[in-house]
Amino acid sequence: MPDAKKRYAMVVDTRGCVACKACVLACKAENAVPDGRTRDWLVEEVRGRFPRLAAENRSERCNHCAGAPCVDACPTGASHVAEGGTVQVTRHKCTGCKACMAACPYDARYVHPDGFVDKCTFCLHRAQYGKLPACVEVCPTACLHFGDLSDPGAEVSRLLRERKWKVNHPETGARPNVYFLV
Amino acid sequence: MDPTIVETVHGRANPLVDPTLSVWGWEIPVYLFLGGLAAGLMILPAALELARGRRPDSVWVRLGPLLAAALLSLGMGALFLDLEHKLYVWRFYLAFKPASPMSWGAWILVLVYPVAFLAWWDPAWLPRRAVLWTAVAAGGALGIYTGILLGAMAARPGWNSAVLGPLFLASGLSTGAALLLLLPLDARDRHALVRIDAVALVAEAALLGVLLIGFASGDRTAHLAFEHLTTRNWASAFWSLVVVAGISVPLAFEALEIRRKLAFVAVAPVLVLVGGLSLRFVLVLSGQASSFDEFPG
Repeated sequence: MPDAKKRYAMVVDTRGCVACKACVLACKAENAVPDGRTRDWLVEEVRGRFPRLAAENRSERCNHCAGAPCVDACPTGASHVAEGGTVQVTRHKCTGCKACMAACPYDARYVHPDGFVDKCTFCLHRAQYGKLPACVEVCPTACLHFGDLSDPGAEVSRLLRERKWKVNHPETGARPNVYFLV
Repeated sequence: MDPTIVETVHGRANPLVDPTLSVWGWEIPVYLFLGGLAAGLMILPAALELARGRRPDSVWVRLGPLLAAALLSLGMGALFLDLEHKLYVWRFYLAFKPASPMSWGAWILVLVYPVAFLAWWDPAWLPRRAVLWTAVAAGGALGIYTGILLGAMAARPGWNSAVLGPLFLASGLSTGAALLLLLPLDARDRHALVRIDAVALVAEAALLGVLLIGFASGDRTAHLAFEHLTTRNWASAFWSLVVVAGISVPLAFEALEIRRKLAFVAVAPVLVLVGGLSLRFVLVLSGQASSFDEFPG
């Protein structure tokens, strides 16, 4: 049964990220992500006028939105809200209609070669044993943080209290749960 | 910070991964076109009969609901081809998800068949007017849902408009009338259908105008949707196939036929059908290419 009280979230420190893509490779290995697909990816943004430039590196993935448009769009209930408020896909309920992919403002989903739609799970299979997601585990600059926002003592809660943060495209109303420290 | 340069390097520019490059192919626009056509063929014969109080004389108008069922089956075939997990298609019918337009659509599709059959069969034990109004309602639901399916997606600025529902219904009515006009009809039915087609085309043009006004007066993502349709990637197809060939030219032909009593030519209905199909292609493809990824995070 999903624990309604838990609220899993990821906090990405864009100040620490060097865009090495270890998170992408760790995810591919942990979750056997097929060739040509990825569940997480890097966005490197440079703004300004030379020489006054500022760069921001973001390790991005499914935002496990609290108001997930993919769950609303899914006609079969394959996309659903699971433990810790995470968004998961039940493979044997998915018809591959791709309504969820069209509905996702973050384009976080892809079609698995076996026919179902797939995406980041926040490594729920690891969280259930108290382990961190594979991407968080391997990050060499320790800029990825994962935890339960309903626990005020959790590291993610503390970071969001103490640091400036943003989320991607809040204007979509999806209430994403991946936060970026800036 | 001077925001003059914004360069974004995306670690995911891959058509296998990025749905903005590949969500729906030809199957969905073809289905939306056939679904709209079926909606028109459900509504028009029933509306003519309700207005006149007796069944239309032309065989093909009376066969309209069956034609609708046949075209809808073709459309559902296209939908099936689009599914990535085809063996799980039955999963649509083990759930009803009120928040999902596609779930509504899946159930509307199976409701259309019995209604179409009863509208054609006209059994004595059913009140005829109730059957006809049910056919109008089922056709209306089918036509409107095909637009809401796209319009409800906030993630795609090029679709996110409530106008798509009525727009696709108007297009369904105009294409439905156009298809009937290409078949042998008696003079009275032809006379009525040419007028209905012209009115539906005017409504479609007005709703397209409202769609564009909505985009042009929206936020930056809506502005981009406006530009994509009117001046950028999809502008040539939109203006030439949808606006000129699909609406303006056939409307002019039909106005000449109605006002100047010129002989009927098949050009107008053929163009209406081409325009209806083009409208679905242009809106599906331009809409799914629109994404929040086009803006820095």
